[in-house]
Amino acid sequence: MSEAVIKCEAVYKIFGENAKKMLQDSNGNVDAKTFQENGCIVGVNNASFEVAKGEMLVVMGLSGSGKSTLLRCISRLTDATGGKIFIEGQDLLNLNNKELIELRRNKMGMVFQSFALLPHKTVVENIAFPLQIKGIKTEESINKAMEMVKLVGLDGRENYFPRELSGGQQQRVGIARSLAVEPDIWFLDEPFSALDPLIRKEMQDEFLRLQEKLQKTIMFITHDFDEALKLADRIAIMKDGIIEQLDTPANIVLNPATEYVRKFTEEVPREKVLLIEDVMDESISNNLGDVKVSKYEIIENVAEKILTQEKSVAVIDENNKTVGSINPTKIINTVFGGRKNGK
Amino acid sequence: MEFLKKYPKIFQWLFLLIVFFALCFAIDVPETYKFIRGQAEFVKDPNQSSYIFLGKEVRYYAFDVFWRLPPLLGWLPIWINDSLFFLMNEWMPMEFWNEDTQEFKTRPIVLQISRNLTAFMTFLIELIREILLGGLETIVAFTSWDWIDANPWAELPGLPWTIVAAGFAILAYKLSGIGLAIFAGLTMVYISVFGQWKPSMQTLSFILVAAPLSFIFGLSLGIAAYKSKRVEKALYPILLVMQTMPQYAVLVPALVLFGVGDHAAVIITMVVAVPPMILLTLLGLRAIPPEVIEAGRMSGCNNWQLMSKVLIPTARRDILIGVNQVIMVCFSMAVISAFIGAKGLGFNLLLALNQLNIGLALEAGLCISLIAILLDKMSLAWANKQVDYFGNLNFFQRNKNLLFFSITVIIGILLAYFGSIYFKGGYNYLFEVPHNKGISTADFWNKGVDWIFDTFFVYIKAFNTWLIQEVLQPMRALYLRMPAVATLVLVVGAGYLIGGIRSALVVCGLTLFIALSPWWDRALVTAYMATFGVIVSCIIGFTVGTLCFQNKHSAKFMLGVCDIFQTFPSFVYLIPVMMLFGITDTSVLIAVIVYATIPATRYTIEGLRSVPAGLHDAATMSGVNKFQRLTKIEFPLAFPHMMLGLNQTIVFALFMVIIGAFIGTEDLGQYILKALSDKNGAGIGLTLGICVAFIGLIFDNLIRTWVEKRKKHLGIA
Repeated sequence: MSEAVIKCEAVYKIFGENAKKMLQDSNGNVDAKTFQENGCIVGVNNASFEVAKGEMLVVMGLSGSGKSTLLRCISRLTDATGGKIFIEGQDLLNLNNKELIELRRNKMGMVFQSFALLPHKTVVENIAFPLQIKGIKTEESINKAMEMVKLVGLDGRENYFPRELSGGQQQRVGIARSLAVEPDIWFLDEPFSALDPLIRKEMQDEFLRLQEKLQKTIMFITHDFDEALKLADRIAIMKDGIIEQLDTPANIVLNPATEYVRKFTEEVPREKVLLIEDVMDESISNNLGDVKVSKYEIIENVAEKILTQEKSVAVIDENNKTVGSINPTKIINTVFGGRKNGK
Repeated sequence: MEFLKKYPKIFQWLFLLIVFFALCFAIDVPETYKFIRGQAEFVKDPNQSSYIFLGKEVRYYAFDVFWRLPPLLGWLPIWINDSLFFLMNEWMPMEFWNEDTQEFKTRPIVLQISRNLTAFMTFLIELIREILLGGLETIVAFTSWDWIDANPWAELPGLPWTIVAAGFAILAYKLSGIGLAIFAGLTMVYISVFGQWKPSMQTLSFILVAAPLSFIFGLSLGIAAYKSKRVEKALYPILLVMQTMPQYAVLVPALVLFGVGDHAAVIITMVVAVPPMILLTLLGLRAIPPEVIEAGRMSGCNNWQLMSKVLIPTARRDILIGVNQVIMVCFSMAVISAFIGAKGLGFNLLLALNQLNIGLALEAGLCISLIAILLDKMSLAWANKQVDYFGNLNFFQRNKNLLFFSITVIIGILLAYFGSIYFKGGYNYLFEVPHNKGISTADFWNKGVDWIFDTFFVYIKAFNTWLIQEVLQPMRALYLRMPAVATLVLVVGAGYLIGGIRSALVVCGLTLFIALSPWWDRALVTAYMATFGVIVSCIIGFTVGTLCFQNKHSAKFMLGVCDIFQTFPSFVYLIPVMMLFGITDTSVLIAVIVYATIPATRYTIEGLRSVPAGLHDAATMSGVNKFQRLTKIEFPLAFPHMMLGLNQTIVFALFMVIIGAFIGTEDLGQYILKALSDKNGAGIGLTLGICVAFIGLIFDNLIRTWVEKRKKHLGIA
C-alpha cells in the first residue's frame, strides 16, 4: 500500500456543551449512553483508519450512524472533538483558516446528497464557481468549466439553471463542480441517495468510469450496502459512531466481524460480490481438469463452468500461471452455505 | 366526575374562572373611584396621594391596592424625559467647528450628531425630491445662496410627469409584464390628471430615501444576528416589542431628538421598518439548506465570499420579500409621520380629515393606496422573478429597457418643451399639473356624504345609539369593573395553564408593567375596544374564510382582496367610516373591524388550505360528507394556524384602536396623541407605546405557546 492520503487517529466528534471536557475525563473510553445522560450526543467514536492514494473507501451505515459526521470532520466542516486527522501529512486540525481555505481550494472536492447547487447560477457558472472563488479569471474558469460539462456529459445544457434540470442531471453538475479544481481528494456524501433506482445505477456506472480515468482518493458515504459493495475498494461499516468493521467487500461478506455486520451480509448474493480469488484453495493439487478460470472473475460468471466439472478447477492469474484451485462443492458452500443455518 | 377526569384541563380553567369572578365580586368598587378622565397629575383632589422617586414627584389617586395598583412606575416617563433632555442638552459637551460662523462652538455630542444626521437626511430627501420635482436646495447645499443669486439658471429642473410615468411603466414591464405596466402607467396618469402630482412625488421621495436606508440597516443587522447568537439575543426583545408597538408611539421621542420635518419622519420610519427587514433576512438565511453552505465552504469561500456569493443570493427571495415589507411600512409611516411634519399625501390627508373635508381626504387616500398597491406588486414581482440568463443576448436585447427609457426621456423633455411654448404664460400641463388645476372630485364626494347624512341620518343615528348604549357602554363598564388583582390572577392563571411557569412569569411581568403605570384604566378601555373589534372580526373572518374555502377560485379571489386591503396604509380606513358614521366610537370600531378582519380571513383560508391532501383523500374515502370533513378533519388541523390569525387580528385591532384616537377615543391612543403636542411628551408617548405593545405581547405569548404545543400534539410542527 502506498502512502496514506487521509489518516485518522482516534477521531471523536461529540455534540454538546461540555463535550470536550467529558471526552478528556473519559480517557478515550466513550460510552454513548453515559454521554447522552449528560446531554452530549456522540457522533463519531474513536475512528482510526487510513485511505491510500487512489483508493476508494466507502463508509456505510444507517441514518444516525455518524457516517456524515465523520466525513465532515475530515473535510473540517465541523471540528473534531478529539483525535488527529492528517491530509497528505498535514495536521488538519492545526491548520489556520487561511491554510484550510487553501487546502479546500486546491486539494478537496465534495459532492452532496441534495446537490447543493447555487440556484442563481447556470450550470456552467455553478461549475466555474470554485475556480472563480480561487481568483481565476472569468473566461479561463468558464473554459475549464466547459471541459467539466463535457466530462459529465451535460454538453448543450451549460446555460440551464439548476431548477430546469432533473435530479440526475443536477448531481452531474454537483460532480463536475467538485472536480473543477482537479482535487486529489474527493468526498461524496450519499451522492446518489436522492435519485431514482434506475438513474442511480446509471450514475454509479458513470462514477466508476470517471474514477477509472481520474484515480482520485475517495471517501464515499452511503446507506446502501449494495452500492458500497459495488463501488468500494474497502468498506467501513459504522454503527452509533463506531466503525464496526473496515475491510474489503469480500472479507466483509465472508467474515463479518460483528452480529450487526452479519445482518447486512446475510441477504447479499455472494456469487455476485465475491471473486474466485476470494474463495479459491491456494494449495495447487495435481489432480486438476483442463478447465481454467481467472482469479479475477466474479463467481456468478463462472459458476456454471465450474459446477459442470467433477474435479477441482485450476485458477490462473493474469499471466496464465496457475495460482490455486477451486472445488465445485466449495462454490456450492459459498453460495448457499452461509444462509442455511441462518448465520 | 368521569367527565372531569377525562378532561382535567377543563376543570382547571373552570377553577380559574371561578376564582376570577369571586375576586371580582369580593372586591368592591371604592366610593371615590370614577373613571378618571383627566390625568391624575394635573388635578387637585382630596383623594390624591403622591410619592417621590429619584427626586420626581408622582401623584396618583389612592385606592385599595386590590382595586387598582398604585402607579409605582409613574416616575418612568418623567425619568425617560429627563434622560432624553439631559442627553440632548447636557451630556458630553464638545467643541465643534461651525461652518456658518467660522468658529468653534461647544455643543453636547448627541445634539451635534442629531444635527448632522438631520442635515444629511434633509439633503438626501431634497436631492430625490428635486430630481422628481425640481428645486434649488440641492445646488445650494453644494454652493451657497449668494452663488444661486448670481447664477439664477442653476436649478434642478425636475422630471416632467410623462417621464416618471413612462419610467414606472417600463420598470413594471421588466419586473412583471404588460399587465402591471398598464396598471403603473394608469396610476401615474391618474395622479397627474387629478392634480395630486406634487404631494405624490413628495411621498415617493420620502419612501425612496427611507426604504433603501431601512433595507441596508435591516440587512446588515439581520446578517449580524445570523452570524452571532449574542447579537440575535440582544435584538430579539426589541424586535418583538417593535412588532406590536403602535407606530404613533415612536413619533414622540423622534420629535424630541430630531425635531419636526421630513428628516425626523425618515429616521423614525427606519426605526419601524428595520425590524421586519431583520426578521426576514434572518428567516431567509436560516432557510438555506446546510449543504449549500457546506458546498460554499468546500469550494474554498472565505467568510466574505460565502456571504456575498452564496448566502445572500440563495436567500434572495426572502430578502426581497423583506424589501416589500419595508416599502409597506414606509407607506403607512408616510401617512402617520405627517403628524410630525412630513410633507406629501399624508399631510394633505390629515389636513383634509381635520377639516372634515371627506372628498379631499378620499382623493389623497386613493392616491396613496394606488401608489402603495403599485409598489407592493412591483416589489413582489421583483422577489418572485427568477434570474434570467443573458450570456447569449446581444447588446440591444440586453439593454432594451434602458434604451426604451432613454427614448422616453427624450420624448418627455421634448413634450415638456413644446408644452412650455403651447401653454405660454399659463401652466405647462405636460410638465406638471398643479395641485389646484387638476380634475377634482372632492365636491362630488362631499355632496355624496351630505346626501348620505341627509337620507340615512335617522337610521345611522339609531344604530349608533343602540350600539353605544346597549353594547359598548356596558362592555366598557364591565372591563373597568374588573379589580386589578382579579385581572392579574386571570391572565397569569391562563399563562400557567397554557405554558407552565415560564409563560406565567412572562405574562405576569408584562401585565404588571401596565398595571403599575399610571394608565391602567386607559389600557382597560383600549383592551375593551380591541376585544370588541377582535370578536366581531373573528366571527366575520372565520365565516368568510370558511365559505370562500369551499371553492378554489373564491379562495384565491379572497386572498387577493386581503392582499390589496392589507396594502392600504392603516389611516386610509378612517376615511370611509368617518364618511358614514362621523366622529364617534362607532367609526373607530368599524375601522378596527374592517382592518382586523383581513388577517382573520387570510389565516382561516391558509389554515384550511394547509391540511394535507392525503388526509383529505383519506377522509373522502371514509365516506364523510362535506360538512363532516370540515368539522372533523379540516377545522381541528387548521385550528392552530387560525389561532395565529387571531394573534395577528389582535395586533391589527390594537393598531387601529390607537390610530382611532385621531377621531377621538378615550383610550391610550388619546394620550399618545396628546403627548405629540406636549413638550414633555416623549417619555409619556414611549411608555404608552410600550403599554400597548405589552397588551399585544401578552396575547402573543399565550397564543403562540398554545399553538406550538398544539402543533406538536398534532404532529404538524
